[in-house]
Amino acid sequence: MNKLLLHRAAKPLLFALCLLPILWLIARVATNHAGANPQEYLIRGTGDWSLRFLCIVLTVTPLRTIVGWPALARMRRMFGLFMYFYVVLHLLSYSWFDMGLDFGDIAKDIAKRPFILVGFAAFVLLTPLAATSFNRAIKFMGAKRWQALHKAVYAIAGLGILHFFWMRAGKHNFNEVAIYAAILGVLLGWRVLQFIKKKAQMPAQNGRGVLSK
Amino acid sequence: MLIKTHANGFIHTNSSEITPQAAYQSRREWMKLLAGGAAGGALASWAARDALAQVPRPGKLAALPGAKSAVAGAMTVEKITDYKDATTYNNFYEFGTDKADPGQNAHTLKTTPWTVEVEGLVKKPAKYTLEDLLKLSPMEERIYRLRCVEGWSMVLPWVGYSMSELIKKVEPLGSAKYVEFVSLADPKTMPFVGSRVLEWPYVEALRMDEAMHPLALLGFGMYGEVLPNQSGAPVRMVVPWKYGFKSGKSIVKIRFTDRQPATAWNKAASNEYGFYSNVNPDVDHPRWSQATERRIGEDGLFAKKRKTLMFNGYEAQVGQLYAGLDLRKNF
Repeated sequence: MNKLLLHRAAKPLLFALCLLPILWLIARVATNHAGANPQEYLIRGTGDWSLRFLCIVLTVTPLRTIVGWPALARMRRMFGLFMYFYVVLHLLSYSWFDMGLDFGDIAKDIAKRPFILVGFAAFVLLTPLAATSFNRAIKFMGAKRWQALHKAVYAIAGLGILHFFWMRAGKHNFNEVAIYAAILGVLLGWRVLQFIKKKAQMPAQNGRGVLSK
Repeated sequence: MLIKTHANGFIHTNSSEITPQAAYQSRREWMKLLAGGAAGGALASWAARDALAQVPRPGKLAALPGAKSAVAGAMTVEKITDYKDATTYNNFYEFGTDKADPGQNAHTLKTTPWTVEVEGLVKKPAKYTLEDLLKLSPMEERIYRLRCVEGWSMVLPWVGYSMSELIKKVEPLGSAKYVEFVSLADPKTMPFVGSRVLEWPYVEALRMDEAMHPLALLGFGMYGEVLPNQSGAPVRMVVPWKYGFKSGKSIVKIRFTDRQPATAWNKAASNEYGFYSNVNPDVDHPRWSQATERRIGEDGLFAKKRKTLMFNGYEAQVGQLYAGLDLRKNF
């Protein structure tokens, strides 16, 4: 698998795969298969795929470590940028289809509806991450600071799932929310465990740890 | 003036007593069709039925023709929503919370035999079979706008008669102030009865004067056919000036009471769904604006949503019911 991931064609192939959802959504609308409310279909579809790419990008590091596919790291940036791509499409379809691109109305709607505010906050937080995803930005910022900034994805995950939860709260329909929350919970929980393990090892290595204070 | 001369000119009686052109023309059409049909025998009823119907039948269910309604406001001339959209995109929580669920799940609903029990503060409580109800008053076709509280709308051709016809038959007591409509709640045929979204059975209610308003329709069909299961077969309410959820589906009980009944959505979230729930673009839902709506299947993908009208455009007909009522408090 690791070898396959290192193959020249691996990245272009995954790139094409990541484009399939939007092509699918457009094809469904174009062929009249999107139901009675195609606008709603596109808004929800792009939202679903934003969440799915969030899950995909957060799976990269655990999978790389647990299964031992270091080559997967090469794909992380692409997945992250695709997540941003779907988030932007989600925001754009809401702004266009629901709000008629009336920026005054959009601003009012963001202020009025908590779940819109939370979703919008996730987009705002995600923007600097997408903007600093090229190599020169990492060099310019320094790896430490860059990494610290990109830890914001954990907060974005929380906002994203809260946005989805609140949206579904109107109908008390939490089945799908629970699935995404469970996946994100496992992915973030694994990181917390790693962090605790690291912390636990540190005092032993240093001889004197937190206890001596 | 008692004795009229030519000097008075032609004096009209009340304008309401003048037969509208549409009515007498349709009567003439009728006569022509019947005259032509007399030769054609069996063909006559078929022709007459088609002449009655305003919209082409989708040909999916049994025909239920209705004559063009003469009730003021009952025949909007807007483009009628496609039958497919109307039957694949609606809310009927007994069959799931997604708007595609009713169309997929409601085939399990059993609509025969069906009885509707009328009880409470009436002189003549009764158990009506569906057949009794169908015969109770002549069927009318009415083309109403439907505005969902979620912000979308349709234009639907219903078949039925004014709820007031049934109310007059059962003779409510003076003490009856509200009419409650109870929907079927059968967990065996309705897979989502028992889910925690709402209390079951689904209960809706109207004030007596609202229920007596000629636009409040007891509906048995749509698009010239009997109601499809997902749309509330075999009998439902259609109250066009209120948000869609106020119109109970698959009704099994109608109860007359002196106290305002506890209604399904009002019980679930009273700050979001008031008892009246009249369509009102100026009173937002706490979580979204009600100023605009998307007309299903009509405008292009990128068209702006249309403005929602006060009382869903039925203000001229129903506005006086709420004279003096603070609609912000009584939302």
